[in-house]
Amino acid sequence: MYFVVAGAGEVGFHLSQALLESGHEVTVIEADRRRANFVQERLGSIVMNAPADEGRAQMEAGCSRADALIAVTGDDAKNLVICQLAKIRCRTPRVIARVNNPKNEIVFKTLGIDETISSTRVLMNVIEQELPSGGFMPLMSLAGSANELIEAEIAIGTPPAGKNVGSLRLPSGALVGGIIRKGKLMHADDDTKLEVGDRVMVFSPTASEGEVRKALMG
Amino acid sequence: MNVVIVGCGRVGGFLAGLLDSEGHRVSVVDIASTSPARAERAWFQHLPSTFKGETILGDGTDLEVLRQAGIERADALLALTEGDNRNLMAAQIAQKIFGVKQVIAKVNDPVRAQTYREMGINTFSRTTILGTLLHAMLQEDREVGEVLMRKALAHEAELVHEPVKAR
Repeated sequence: MYFVVAGAGEVGFHLSQALLESGHEVTVIEADRRRANFVQERLGSIVMNAPADEGRAQMEAGCSRADALIAVTGDDAKNLVICQLAKIRCRTPRVIARVNNPKNEIVFKTLGIDETISSTRVLMNVIEQELPSGGFMPLMSLAGSANELIEAEIAIGTPPAGKNVGSLRLPSGALVGGIIRKGKLMHADDDTKLEVGDRVMVFSPTASEGEVRKALMG
Repeated sequence: MNVVIVGCGRVGGFLAGLLDSEGHRVSVVDIASTSPARAERAWFQHLPSTFKGETILGDGTDLEVLRQAGIERADALLALTEGDNRNLMAAQIAQKIFGVKQVIAKVNDPVRAQTYREMGINTFSRTTILGTLLHAMLQEDREVGEVLMRKALAHEAELVHEPVKAR
């Protein structure tokens, strides 16, 4: 696949390197000449020294044939505009924005950028995953749809403990994709009985997250 | 009219003073300085001393700061910071999230200005406006050059040479 990475800071540099190593084609756009040279010396001639928030640079980088553009500068407003320009002017099918201030995730979604990555949010998820009482975690949003994957641990005394998957009061559109029991992934259908300690993987519309939480955590 | 102005540089300060002197309710947002050496007053130095509106120190793309500036009852928002992207973000938040009727963003890159105008965000590019004005003045185009310059000079005289009259 062909990716355009906007911004060659720490994130952009390592992302481009990882994409190249997985066999993808990459162009990285960086406005700072010294930084662009630095990256070019390490990754080869895949760097374009230009401002990624200008339409012309995006055209030259081939955003119109790219499978995706990922904007990872340290400036949220810039990432927003880079993604919107690529979507509108170059019709790039998939745009992903890094969000530095987690408050901007919802703003970006309202303004038409569906896929955002917030490093703060990712770190919070990791930290919460370590907490025994956390229990309920939206793991990731699913690309190109308003759905997400949620992991929930069945705790003692909650409504689902000891009940069948079929009896869960999940909102419409939500479904159980599987269960991790004692470290093993297992299939789940309506007759599967839930045990305390089970980690239930649920696919759900993002808007129904609250109802899923209620059904699984009480 | 209730007006929120994001970015209090020369243009923002000039316009805020003009609207304020006409009796409109104006609040001005400018980003908080990270350097303690610069006092709050320095950020609003381009406002006339008679300015009666609100000044809010903060990021004009932050929903809370905009609420503080009264965006929920604003009739218009003008995004006039030095950054095209910040202006476009503030303008879109005003229009799409708070439903402000009249939104104008200063966007100096003509390509971005045109793209967002097509998306329904009212943008103007200093590059094209100033360029067109200068061109008209050179051609002695009465229609554009003279009318605009007369109006601009009148505002300038009011704001610069005499203190703004309080109403």
